[in-house]
Amino acid sequence: MDRRAETPTASTLVLDVGDWPGHLAGQHVDVRLTAEDGYQASRSYSLAAPADGDRVQITVQRLLNGEVSPFLVDELATGAVVEVRGPFGGWFVWRTEDRGPILLVAGGSGIVPLMAMIRTRAGVSRAPFRLVCSVRTPEDRLYAAELRRRVADDGGLDVVWVHTRTAPAGDPRRVGRIRADDLVSHGWPPDFEPTCYVCGPTGFVETASNLLLATGHDPRRIRTERFGGA
Amino acid sequence: MDATYDGNTLAGPLSEVFTAEVTSGVARCRSCGRSSVVAELAVYGPDPGLVARCPGCAEAMLRLVRTPDAMWLDLSGMSLLRLPASASE
Repeated sequence: MDRRAETPTASTLVLDVGDWPGHLAGQHVDVRLTAEDGYQASRSYSLAAPADGDRVQITVQRLLNGEVSPFLVDELATGAVVEVRGPFGGWFVWRTEDRGPILLVAGGSGIVPLMAMIRTRAGVSRAPFRLVCSVRTPEDRLYAAELRRRVADDGGLDVVWVHTRTAPAGDPRRVGRIRADDLVSHGWPPDFEPTCYVCGPTGFVETASNLLLATGHDPRRIRTERFGGA
Repeated sequence: MDATYDGNTLAGPLSEVFTAEVTSGVARCRSCGRSSVVAELAVYGPDPGLVARCPGCAEAMLRLVRTPDAMWLDLSGMSLLRLPASASE
């Protein structure tokens, strides 16, 4: 296990998994920790990038009062061994032969499986991608520098950050939770028939998918992934 | 109360039981008749077990509990489960 900090509260763990079979963008792994007394806790984490041989990446957001995430983000020693199973999931996935257009909508660390799609796309697909990512403050942006570079280099990728608490100076958008006009201005018109991937905390996913439905998107082309938290 | 997760998180545990990729399948709620992709069910858990509820009527469609020596799977809230014929994953 190797670790690098992404934001003050999130880290990417690089895991060496023997005989990794490869995976699709959007799939996840289950990480199981076992305490000295035998107590076990298992959590699902989205894979953040295509596999590099047997090396896979997950990005873990430290949850307040979390049972597993603070340990993974702060305590797990480099070189430690953890139990990883996967890849899992066949619904919230993007395949390189899917042409798009694609709208990605993320709340906080819900960007992780969507980043796997963006990284997988580079160089192998020209499907037009748009990402709308909601964060509390600019400091909470995951992968910000890499996304800036990819918008310039990858072609056909647009990224917009939506701030719920504090926006950077000069941001014309009024601070606040995601709104219909965010998705109308920065997404695709429904008649382009985009596939929409929405990932984040349960409340965020409900809000964003309802906004997509209300603005005319086909429910059969909205795929969602929810995780706990506010 | 908001669900903790959705059906995507069932993929790992159910892979111990089924060879097909169940979360891409479609389940019909025994209570209200609504058909949902398993990945879109509202899932509560993980302790003491996972409970997947219908997004329409909130009735429990699947319960999965693990004990040290067994896995308990209750599908009595489903009247039908349609699974993809050849799971590629």
